[in-house]
Amino acid sequence: MADRNSDQATSILAEPVRFPSEEEFPRRYRLLRRNMILIMVAVTILPLVMMAVINHYEYQQALRREIITPMRSLVSKTQHSFELFLTERLSAVSFIASAYSFEELSDQKTLNRIFHVMKDKFGGFVDLGLIDSFGVQKSYVGPYSLEGKTYMDHDWFREVTVRGEHISEVFMGYRKFPHFVIAIRTENQIGENWILRATIDTEKFNSLIASMGLDSSSDAFIVNHSGVFQTSSRFYGKVLERFPMPMPPINYETDVVETMDPQGHPILLAYKYFLSPSFVLMLAKPRSEVLKSWYTLKSEILIIFIVSVLLIFLVVFKITDILVKRIEISDRERLVTYHEIEHTNKLASVGRLAAGVAHEINNPMAIINEKAGLLQDLIETMPTFERKEKFLKLTESINACVDRCSTITHRLLGFARRMDVEIETIDLNEVVQEVYGFLEKEAFHRNIEVRLNLDKELPEISSDHGQLQQVFLNILNNAFSAVEDGGSIAITSRRQDPELVSVSIEDNGIGMSEETMSRIFDPFFTGRKGYGTGLGLSITYGIIKKLGGHIEVNSREGKGTTFTVFLPKSAKQEAEA
Amino acid sequence: MYPVKILLVDDEIPFVKTLTKRLSRRELNIITAFSGQEALAQLKKDPDIEIIVLDIKMPGMNGLRTLEEIKRDYPLVEVIILTGHSTVDSAIRGMRLGAFDYLVKPCDIDQLISRMQEATEKKRRLDEKWPD
Ligand SMILES: [Mg+2]
Repeated sequence: MADRNSDQATSILAEPVRFPSEEEFPRRYRLLRRNMILIMVAVTILPLVMMAVINHYEYQQALRREIITPMRSLVSKTQHSFELFLTERLSAVSFIASAYSFEELSDQKTLNRIFHVMKDKFGGFVDLGLIDSFGVQKSYVGPYSLEGKTYMDHDWFREVTVRGEHISEVFMGYRKFPHFVIAIRTENQIGENWILRATIDTEKFNSLIASMGLDSSSDAFIVNHSGVFQTSSRFYGKVLERFPMPMPPINYETDVVETMDPQGHPILLAYKYFLSPSFVLMLAKPRSEVLKSWYTLKSEILIIFIVSVLLIFLVVFKITDILVKRIEISDRERLVTYHEIEHTNKLASVGRLAAGVAHEINNPMAIINEKAGLLQDLIETMPTFERKEKFLKLTESINACVDRCSTITHRLLGFARRMDVEIETIDLNEVVQEVYGFLEKEAFHRNIEVRLNLDKELPEISSDHGQLQQVFLNILNNAFSAVEDGGSIAITSRRQDPELVSVSIEDNGIGMSEETMSRIFDPFFTGRKGYGTGLGLSITYGIIKKLGGHIEVNSREGKGTTFTVFLPKSAKQEAEA
Repeated sequence: MYPVKILLVDDEIPFVKTLTKRLSRRELNIITAFSGQEALAQLKKDPDIEIIVLDIKMPGMNGLRTLEEIKRDYPLVEVIILTGHSTVDSAIRGMRLGAFDYLVKPCDIDQLISRMQEATEKKRRLDEKWPD
């Protein structure tokens, strides 16, 4: 250990230990983070979206049913009332037609009496007339004088001749009031037949619609099959005007369709076709009105949905962030541990190898030593040997080489048995000064300026004196071989915190390359090819680890190198891996 | 002071022979043995042997076992261990078994001689205290 020359020969240049995969870290964890976020968002948002959509449709269906069902039943009921009313009027006319004979009805007086009874009892009758089987008006009671008029070519006449009865569509009649006509054909036992025809105003239609009790946004009305209003509508037109929307498909059951009104507002249209006459009862409600509660609900659902999604995103991002950071940290720690274990294992196996080699070399070396010694002895005792000086020089140089070899083997053995730690209380400054003592002469000869910046307040530490000597000797040797003659080296001791002290050795030497740095603590790695065993720094690394400290290296090529050794106040024995 | 008789024990024959020559030239009385058994036989034959220089790693009976036997039968004989296979463990065991010193090959002859002298002085002091 004290042999300067051989230590110098093993000096190497150093740089901080780094893991090559360090550059890959950010990319790897960005990917991990992205995937985790995607998966978590997918599994949380997707069900939420599905639920929202399903809910949306469920509610829409439920609400529509709730609104459509009453509309449908109202239309059915009202249509029924209409049919009842029409049937009743039809029966009344039919009864008169059958109860009286053609002759009786032809009599103006009798017809007049009957007309007034009907007007009284039923209401809404405007006129009453008898028409014979040839379509000629026989008698008539009413505001017009229609006697003698012939209806032979009229559609209604043909229809009543075939079907036996007829209810007309609404038309504008007497005093510009809308009316409709009921006509009944009657036949007596001897085959004579005649037609009784009554005109009725549509006052009753309006009262039937009014009885539906609609709110102000709704509208109910009757149109005929070809789309002409039979009653006035609140929004879409007067009686006998055209229904402004396409007719819904023919359906003798009540149905509801969604459509647009002429203003472009969506409406719900409930309707039912009459079998006879060709009427359609319709009930229209604006959809916005109908589904108002639904829209309220929808916007509430939307707000809840958005808030939940935001919350989920927030939580997912936060959790992923924490998780990925944890993983990153533990990965790094694992990598460091792995490298340390690898290093320790390497040291151990190299140590065993080194010990074996050293042992085997020592024996022949001893023989060389003795042979050279004997040679020397013989020459010295020969008074007349003329080349005595020359031979003595040769044996001396053999001895010097043997010494050098033995130093190397001793160092190898020291490396092999390294670290049987003996803990004692140590003044680190003293250790540094002792070690510097070994090299003081060299510093003087090579004109190297060595500055000692030792912290006088440096606390004593418990550690291994001999091992620390080896550590600092190794590092100082490196520094000495790195600097040119006339260079400078600074040794600084410092208290880092109450539990940690440090010694840094800084030189302004040649520094080291990138390639060197990654291998500096590997056994047998040497910065100068062909010299030394390269055990210096690997021993240093092992000892410092063993003593519970760590070593940092900073270097720039051409600028110099700084080794900093950190040691705990009390060395904790590290468990051997 | 009568001349000291030294037994040199090592399995490396060239080493033993060369060292014997060198030591003999320095007027030391050297006898040699190339194994543990041989060393014990020599001791039995020649009770005047005072100092033994002993190798540890030898075929057959190794140095530490030889040392044990020597110390058991001839406790006053001083033993200096001189070995190439130096381990902390063997050094400690050697010293515990009563070796005078532990030297590592290759060893400087002057150092070896001075250790042998110290061993002789120690032995003779003890001999005076307990004559026979
Ligand atoms: Mg041997």
